[in-house]
Amino acid sequence: MTDEALAQAARAAAAEVCDPEIPVLTIADLGVLRDVTVRDGAVEVTITPTYSGCPAMDVIGVEVQTALAKAGIGPARVRLVLSPAWTTDWMTDEGKAKLRAYGIAPPQGRASRRALFGEESVACPHCGSASTEKISEFGSTACKALWRCRACREPFDYFKCI
Amino acid sequence: MTTTSITLAETPLLALVLRRADDALILGHRLSEWCGHGPMLEEDIALANIALDCVGQARSLYDYAATLDGRGLSEDDLAYRRDVGQYRNCLLVEQPNGDFAATIVRQVLASAFLDPYWRATTASADPTLAAIAAKAEKETAYHLRHSAEWLIRLGDGTAESHERAQAALDDLWPYSGELMESDEAEAELVRAGIAVDPAAIRPAFDATLAMVLREATLTAPAVTWRQSGGRTGRHSEHLGFILADLQYLQRAHPGATW
Repeated sequence: MTDEALAQAARAAAAEVCDPEIPVLTIADLGVLRDVTVRDGAVEVTITPTYSGCPAMDVIGVEVQTALAKAGIGPARVRLVLSPAWTTDWMTDEGKAKLRAYGIAPPQGRASRRALFGEESVACPHCGSASTEKISEFGSTACKALWRCRACREPFDYFKCI
Repeated sequence: MTTTSITLAETPLLALVLRRADDALILGHRLSEWCGHGPMLEEDIALANIALDCVGQARSLYDYAATLDGRGLSEDDLAYRRDVGQYRNCLLVEQPNGDFAATIVRQVLASAFLDPYWRATTASADPTLAAIAAKAEKETAYHLRHSAEWLIRLGDGTAESHERAQAALDDLWPYSGELMESDEAEAELVRAGIAVDPAAIRPAFDATLAMVLREATLTAPAVTWRQSGGRTGRHSEHLGFILADLQYLQRAHPGATW
């Protein structure tokens, strides 16, 4: 297999790995998978954390190795990079649609530095109402905030825009 | 008996990275002590989340520090095998959690400095520091917003919450000046475009505090003296207790993994 064909196969296999915390999204949907390269038959997969302390990175690394092995691709090097810093702008439109269907409000708009105070407007992923309120900036994982819908009364997670 | 303790030859860059790493680890450790004890479930989760961000930043910084040291040490060696006098964190972050107001005031003071500090450090001439800063500044923005909103709620809340928030502010204020301190070694890195001068963050820090305290109906203490010494390893008695907890397992069973 040429390096190029191997890279394509490795990329396809790695792109199928799901995020352990949000299993409805693949690491490609999230933008966590940055690159797959092959040089002289050696595969290198580059991933980046969403947050500095994201505890899922070790598991993602192992699962990338497993996915490659299942695809018959030999041991790869998984490299963790911090730069450029991950942003929700890298999340695919398909990923955002999957999140909403899963009950998590996807990040809204482009990442930009918000004012210290002042609320965002987040649509409820259950009923679509814009009448929602923030409960806490921090939710079940570092990347999510806790919100509540005033219309259908359901609580929901909001994937923070960073 | 052999010792498991290590001492680092601190070049100016290594000293800088250790200051930032130790601030992040000790603040993260303090916040993690709230896990399971938060005043309500949402806040318990929030404090644990902020702790996780801090420890994550510490890991990246220790990893870089270990690379700079060049002796094949790991991030864990730097966290678990340095004695109290080798720690370079400021005294503010090792102060006890106290009541919830004290934890929030400590977080506002730390974040009001760290948020603009990391944002400025994204322009560092050192690519690793710039990369760590680019992650950290997104996170500290949330820490500042969260803790500032709480301080406003406490200060502008009941008579009891106002009194406790003011008492915490009076207690912790003298520790805030150390955040803006530096020394000649750090100044050298500032001139080289690698480090941000902590003193240059003062206007942003003051502006944030003025706005938050006004909203919170709290008064900045008039004291001008400051607590200092953490950057050179002169710590309050609290850090020893933190390290006893943090380092116990690696000290009792050197190199243990699971």
